[in-house]
Amino acid sequence: MKILVCISHVPDTTSKISFTDNNTKLNTTGVQFIIGPYDEYALARAVEIKESVGAEITVINVGEIDTEPTIRKALAIGADNAVRVNAFPKDAFFVASQIASYAKSTTFDLILMGRESIDFNSGVVHSLVGEMLNIPSVSPVMKLDLNGTKAVVYREIEGGKEVLELSLPFVAGCQEPIAEWKIPNMKGIMSARTKPLVVVEPVAVEEESIYLSFELPTAKSGCKMVDASTPEKLVELLKNEAKVI
Amino acid sequence: MRIDNFESPDLYQVDDLLSDEHKLIRSTVRAFVKREISPIIDDYCQKAEFPYYLVKKMGELGIFGPTIPVTYGGGGLDYISYGLMMQEIERGDSGMRSTASVQGSLVMFPIFQFGSEQQKQKYLPKLASGEFLGCFGLTEPDFGSNPSGMLSTLQDAGDHYILNGSKMWISNSPKADIAVVWARNEAGRVKGVIVERGMEGFSTPEIHNKWSLRASTTGELIFDNVKIPKDNLLPHADGLSAPLQCLDSARYGIAWGALGAAMDCYDAAKRYALERIQFDKPIASFQLIQKKLAEMLTEITKAQLVCLRLGQLKNLGRANTAQISMAKRNNVEIALHIAREARQIHGGMGITGEYPIMRHMMNLESVVTYEGTHDIHLLILGAEITGIPAFK
Repeated sequence: MKILVCISHVPDTTSKISFTDNNTKLNTTGVQFIIGPYDEYALARAVEIKESVGAEITVINVGEIDTEPTIRKALAIGADNAVRVNAFPKDAFFVASQIASYAKSTTFDLILMGRESIDFNSGVVHSLVGEMLNIPSVSPVMKLDLNGTKAVVYREIEGGKEVLELSLPFVAGCQEPIAEWKIPNMKGIMSARTKPLVVVEPVAVEEESIYLSFELPTAKSGCKMVDASTPEKLVELLKNEAKVI
Repeated sequence: MRIDNFESPDLYQVDDLLSDEHKLIRSTVRAFVKREISPIIDDYCQKAEFPYYLVKKMGELGIFGPTIPVTYGGGGLDYISYGLMMQEIERGDSGMRSTASVQGSLVMFPIFQFGSEQQKQKYLPKLASGEFLGCFGLTEPDFGSNPSGMLSTLQDAGDHYILNGSKMWISNSPKADIAVVWARNEAGRVKGVIVERGMEGFSTPEIHNKWSLRASTTGELIFDNVKIPKDNLLPHADGLSAPLQCLDSARYGIAWGALGAAMDCYDAAKRYALERIQFDKPIASFQLIQKKLAEMLTEITKAQLVCLRLGQLKNLGRANTAQISMAKRNNVEIALHIAREARQIHGGMGITGEYPIMRHMMNLESVVTYEGTHDIHLLILGAEITGIPAFK
């Protein structure tokens, strides 16, 4: 079984976000980058599958050379080899096109990734990759059990869950609790030094979008306390100040 | 249960001097501490119980003997990696770091450095994986700062040795599977032997009622005519310099570890100062609180640079005893001072188990004493400067 796990290289959730270049680029100074947390769950599930039924795991990242420490971490967690598509990940269509192009060159039984990256949060790369490869895609997947060439997946839907049976290959956008989040160990970190990390050049993709500018959300205002004996004051604030009723 | 949102300070961008692998190792151990240690440690400390189950988990993580070659189950990593691991573990708790230091520097290191090939193959992989827990017997009830006065004896009895004596203040001893023990032979030379649990006449009573390192287990080692097979003698250890080399290795880890405890106290104090409102504004607005935080960060930054340079020297094989003593002494002292200042910033909350401060502070009272007391390290540095030992 061959599994492709797609990982994003995103700012740590505790990073202080600011912008440069006239608010058109993320200011990466002092920002710690991590594997996208949802992608890390996808990787953890791939490693569990490898441990239970055997598999070869390839991780792919679309990014410039500064993403390699993130890729090495994925190798330390348990991936066998890695591919970096040497390009800045401009948008979801660009990233999906690169992944699909690589996936066409090698046959994978399963393509796993997070339900969304936590930087731009578009949440569409899995659907795009499925479409480009003409195979099913399903997201968000909370549980994935393999049975030969079929898989049963549990998908979160509004107000409940959906259980689907699919034939391999397919693309899954994953989220917790699909697997136990894995911390690498020192042996894994050591072995990651020598695992193959291949750099491939991107395929040409028509530019679909341009970022004009970014802005931060308005700072949270302070909490106003209303005395329990004056509910009319609360109603007045909600109506006239917050304008939510 | 306390939520652990720790972030390490890096005012001087020391991270730029670390490799990507160093940073991955640090983030890995930090994640381990947040998942395995922080959620349980206050409870175990309050109960004065050793979370023994973590030994296996720390073994799986690979923090026992990380500088020992891979062929013996170690990590084959450098000393900066080892230091960062100790920093992160002690950021969680000094007792857990003590367990790791003893296993790596005081049990695996002497077996690797002074042991036979057979001993290395027999013990090191099991110690690395956490299947075995080890301890180190040098200090005796009447010989702490003066180990050369030790009374324990090792007598040659033909096809075996006979070990007699007792050791005190031994981290890990009540749960240890093996002990690396130092005793004098008939010629008065200090020799090292590996004592295994179950050997007749060997017992490890626990020391109770500690106010420090409460989540670590500490005890005695008692040898009453224990028969030691000749194969258990460390063949390449001869004289007191052998155990002192082990202490250099452990003290190096403590220098980094104490920095971790200091960072945790600083991080907790900074967060609390920004959240705690008095006189209608965060107490972080007040100059006296800012003075404490600024002084804490200054000392942490200096200690970071000392550790990193010492790690570079260790990697080059050039770190000497005086350099290590200075780092251990300084970093434990600043950690204790930072813990006390952080306690002040936390006000009354600082004495509760809701925050890690008092636990670190009480732990550090052991750390400032063991592996060479604060004053002994001063004298080691004094001897380095003047060429005149002033120990006695």
